[in-house]
Amino acid sequence: MGKGKTLFWLIPALLIIILIPPVTGSVTTREGVFLILMYVTLAVSLNIILGYTGYVSFGHIVFYGIGGYVAFYLMKFHGIHLIPAMIMGGIGAAIAAFALGEAVLRLRGAFFAIATIGVNEAVKALVNNLNFIGGAEGLFFNFRIYNTYGGATKAIWFSYYTMAALTITTVIAAYLIKKSKFGLGLMAIREDEDAAIILGVNAKRYKSLAYAASALFPGMVGAVFFFKAGNIEPHDAFHLIKSIEMIFMVMLGGYGSVTGAVTGALVYERLKGFLLVNPLFKNLHMAISGVILLLIVLFMPQGIVGFIREKSKKLREMLE
Amino acid sequence: MILQVEDVTKTFGGLVALSDVAFQVEEGEILGIIGPNGAGKTTLFNAISGVFKIDKGRVKFQDRDITSLPPNARARLGIARTHQIVKPLNDLTVVENVMVGACFGKGNASLPAARKKAQEVLEFVGLKEKGEVLAGKLNVPEKKRLEMARALASDPAIILLDEVLAGLNPIEVSSMLKVIKAIRDKGITILMIEHLMHAIMNVSDRVMALVYGRKVSEGTPGEVANDPQVIEAYLGDPDLALKLLKDKRRRG
Amino acid sequence: MLSAWLGATLSGILLGLLYGLAAIGLNLIWGVMNVINLSHGAFIAVGMFASYFMANYLHLSPFLGVFLVLATGVVLGMITYFISLHRIISAPELSTLLATYSVSLIIIGLGTFIFTTNPRAIDITMGSVSVGGTVLPMTRILTGAFSVIFTLWLYYFLYKTWSGKAIRAVSMNRDAAELMGVNTTMSLALAFGIGVALAMTAGALTATIFPFTILSGGGYELKSFVICVLGGLGSPLGALLGGLILGLI
Repeated sequence: MGKGKTLFWLIPALLIIILIPPVTGSVTTREGVFLILMYVTLAVSLNIILGYTGYVSFGHIVFYGIGGYVAFYLMKFHGIHLIPAMIMGGIGAAIAAFALGEAVLRLRGAFFAIATIGVNEAVKALVNNLNFIGGAEGLFFNFRIYNTYGGATKAIWFSYYTMAALTITTVIAAYLIKKSKFGLGLMAIREDEDAAIILGVNAKRYKSLAYAASALFPGMVGAVFFFKAGNIEPHDAFHLIKSIEMIFMVMLGGYGSVTGAVTGALVYERLKGFLLVNPLFKNLHMAISGVILLLIVLFMPQGIVGFIREKSKKLREMLE
Repeated sequence: MILQVEDVTKTFGGLVALSDVAFQVEEGEILGIIGPNGAGKTTLFNAISGVFKIDKGRVKFQDRDITSLPPNARARLGIARTHQIVKPLNDLTVVENVMVGACFGKGNASLPAARKKAQEVLEFVGLKEKGEVLAGKLNVPEKKRLEMARALASDPAIILLDEVLAGLNPIEVSSMLKVIKAIRDKGITILMIEHLMHAIMNVSDRVMALVYGRKVSEGTPGEVANDPQVIEAYLGDPDLALKLLKDKRRRG
Repeated sequence: MLSAWLGATLSGILLGLLYGLAAIGLNLIWGVMNVINLSHGAFIAVGMFASYFMANYLHLSPFLGVFLVLATGVVLGMITYFISLHRIISAPELSTLLATYSVSLIIIGLGTFIFTTNPRAIDITMGSVSVGGTVLPMTRILTGAFSVIFTLWLYYFLYKTWSGKAIRAVSMNRDAAELMGVNTTMSLALAFGIGVALAMTAGALTATIFPFTILSGGGYELKSFVICVLGGLGSPLGALLGGLILGLI
């Protein structure tokens, strides 16, 4: 494992990206970078359960939705500030994940993956029927809420900086987890759960904790995203496609490494932007994403960063 | 008594894999377990290490009843094992594999301490040069050594070795036997399953024979090898038994 | 009162049989290959469109066309297997999940591009039958009957033919089957082909009852998952029963 050199370049690189919008003052760029940061945070978080632990959480977006709803509810009805609401949203998602983990993480392999899809659909259906949080219609902000932050424009910039801080925190946390004894235990579970247990790893507890950790940050992302959007509805909050996008990013960049997840998110955002804007591909972007995903799965399952790590021993420590 | 197995019974469907098996292990000894294929030897190891629940009986470790503890808790107490079919953590390096043992076993080491421990143990089993190689890339004899190293790194009180000699050539066998004796010299109790007769008879302080899930004999290697029940049920062929004894005497 | 209840029950049973047929396709692939086919819904939609085009342009009754759909499905499924799954059939689940999901993206992406997501329906009137005072459309009765026929056919295939037995052998132990001289690659491909064909067949039959779009498969895919869990893995009859339960709820 060696000494971690990865963060020394990864964090500055992210900071540079974060600083582009405030320096240029471009709203379009800010929206783009916001999306990138959101993707990075989601992918890096998912990687904790998917890449480190080897459990395919197919319905991971459920935690983003739960966090979003918890925070939105607190902000709308109790006038709580974004930051504490976001933290509550994250904690809510993490608790939900821990509780769920005790139940569904008994399942291994494909069964677990399907169960997580089921969980997402079930939560979506439940929220659809809960009137106190708006049911299928969802909830809307009264725009006066933004006055606390100095008006809508400032509120959006505020959400941008919050997301940036969240992204940096997530990347550092994910890295520290990977480099910890806890992370070693998770990777042992990924490689061979039975062997890990025999070696003394408390797999049950570790899996639930990993699941909670990987749900915490998406819950907070949901809070910030829906704060910025000004409304939340079940269809948006629990959209399965977003789950798949998260998996796509992790696979694209490289399973199990923080740099991989970050790279995957960056490349994915650019790729998606390109496919959606280019008139030739605009209507075919879904099919093209499918082809690319298939090619990665078949021919480069280790992802972009994994591929480089395999080729160059020198770069390995830089690309944890 | 470091380990007491009391009337352990385990059935799979209709098959009785272990039937009222009882024995004790003294601290610091090597107890060899022999028996034909399907005799329940690995099942016995699984019962001791807690892979599954036993139907009846108790397992006591250091005078403590561990029958209901999960495998990871037993590992924490100091029971380590190797697998007959090796289970390397393929995408982790050899050092990291061993560190898992050091971190989560009885030693409960911190990461830096585990790394140091891993280096020591790898040197001890002769895998030092392979430290940074991915475990999946090792050959079978190396993987067996890795299994040993992982188990040892946990600072166990007792170690269960499941056919660590199988599939090795004579040179590898003798170097592995040296390692086993060296483990004993560290004061670690060893329970080992082995098919290589001359090896197990040579290295064990006592031997126990299992046949169809029952203990049919227990004693010094000489006694067990001379036990008519063992000769009949296990060796089948008295001539082979005779040859075995000669082997034993020659090696002395 | 009673007749309304009877009518609802009957139409529930008929629908359940159809759900069951779709689920059997998923179940077969899951049981034999240990692959969760996330392109299941997309293939159901393909079946719907196949049926639609045969009815509209070839003026072929969907209930005759369904046999053509079945045959095409086997071929299409086998091709899909060789392109997207063969290379990674022994890899961890994530690979096969993502591979089948990308197939689904490709199909639905192309489908959306070519057909848009406008709803379509097959214009078919076949009269209706009155059972104990309730009126059941003939199409529903036929779809139920066809579902049973295809399930029985699958049973016959799996238990009575050599290829079917080979597939069952592969599902029990791939390596042992290979050693016994079974061509496991072909068996896996065939199993996937049949699974896909059943999905398409179910889609083709569904299209005679309900309007649909290229995205409609998703809902049926979800139903199929539920049915597989209810009915148990690897048993076609279990899947059919699971379908009945879901149809009646």
